[in-house]
Amino acid sequence: MNARVHEPRGAMLLAAFIALIFQVVPLPDWLALVRPAFLVIVVLYWSISAPRAGGLFFPFLCGLALDVFRGAVLGEHALALVIVAFLAIRMHLLIRNKPLFEQALIAFAALALYEFVVWCIDGFSGHTLNSGLRWLHPITGGLLWPVVCGLLSRTHRPR
Amino acid sequence: MVAFGGSSRPVPSRVAATGLSFTFYATFAIVLMFLDQRGNWLEYARYGLSAAAYPVQLAVNSPTAAWDWLRDSFATRETLRAQNAALQAENRALELRTLRMEALQVENAQLRALRAALPEVVVKWLPAEVMNIELSTLRQRVVVNKGASAGVFKGQAVLASGGLIGQVLRAGPWSAEVILITDPEHAVPVQVLRSGLRTIAVGQGNAGVMTLPFLPVNSDIKVDDLLVTSGLGGVFPAGYPVARVTEVGRDPGQPLAQVRAQPLAAIDRDREVTFVWFRPGHPAAPVPLAESAPPPGLAGAPQDAPPRPAVAP
Repeated sequence: MNARVHEPRGAMLLAAFIALIFQVVPLPDWLALVRPAFLVIVVLYWSISAPRAGGLFFPFLCGLALDVFRGAVLGEHALALVIVAFLAIRMHLLIRNKPLFEQALIAFAALALYEFVVWCIDGFSGHTLNSGLRWLHPITGGLLWPVVCGLLSRTHRPR
Repeated sequence: MVAFGGSSRPVPSRVAATGLSFTFYATFAIVLMFLDQRGNWLEYARYGLSAAAYPVQLAVNSPTAAWDWLRDSFATRETLRAQNAALQAENRALELRTLRMEALQVENAQLRALRAALPEVVVKWLPAEVMNIELSTLRQRVVVNKGASAGVFKGQAVLASGGLIGQVLRAGPWSAEVILITDPEHAVPVQVLRSGLRTIAVGQGNAGVMTLPFLPVNSDIKVDDLLVTSGLGGVFPAGYPVARVTEVGRDPGQPLAQVRAQPLAAIDRDREVTFVWFRPGHPAAPVPLAESAPPPGLAGAPQDAPPRPAVAP
């Protein structure tokens, strides 16, 4: 039987769509500052638990969607997500077997890397934004990781 | 993408992301960025993508829109009457204030030794609603529900009740992205109404604050001075109110004064904005810059703006 049949592509797209909506829903300022990067977390989850379903095309597409919605330079979030997803896919077997706590730490590191890439590109493209507050969301993202794992693992048969 | 199968490591047979596909996507992203940033070659792609994004924006906006609609349709007679009375009072006040407008215009024309009063500088305006979409937390930008199909164009001035609010950064077919005057990447050429002093007001990423970073310590500016657009820079027309000075710090040890101002438009509360079109050739209309178009973020600032000096914050 072909292994591709089991790839949870529908769940992937749906989760990404919902995450995108969560990411652009307006929130009060103080809450928006700690709003986790939902879409990045979702991409990270699928890169680890179903690396063959989307490959790098899925992160690229999600990043492009983020670029359009946030009015960033086209390709900025796409590059950041492709880098993060590439590392996650390469190490998915390692990460998958870690306890949830360590996974949350890894998610934190991945989100920080993502923000770092975006920050670098912001700098290169002249969109300087020297607020330290942009580094807050990886923390909440790491805290959210177990919840996302619990929710998303119900949508497919984890291997 | 399993198609890019040229795996360098054959041992784990289920490698999903090869270095090759990574290189491909990363290069693609970098090329996209380069094209978008440097050449504005992706205008059409942007346009199409923002059309594709519009349904999602509508969906995100729909709960607020539904709530507004519900509130409107269940508004009681009392509230409507009260509103009506308030609007009538406001209308009367405005009418009284414009009573002498005609006379003043003629008088102004005579003073300027012109033969006839000038026509209005604004030829057309279009109200639009701010959609409930969050762009980026630390930036001051909004999405509004009118776009290129309604004639909105890039670099157009946007007003709100009270004063200037921003300019169009990107116009999609049905929606447009507006960069507010309080965005850290935005600068408005302004003039102190009282003294005629010209300078630049820069956003701070905070809805209630703008700064005037390029004023010498001895410049003629006081708290409560009104700042209006100066008409330089080619985007905003002259004479529209922008902000009121709230704080002037003069430190003799520093070459520049620290001046803060508060925008007059209720930037974080106003749900309605107005796009305006100006009569070309009118003395108060913005003079288009002769050659190169200004960079998107700083379109309001003159090209030869002095570099930001090293002022202690």
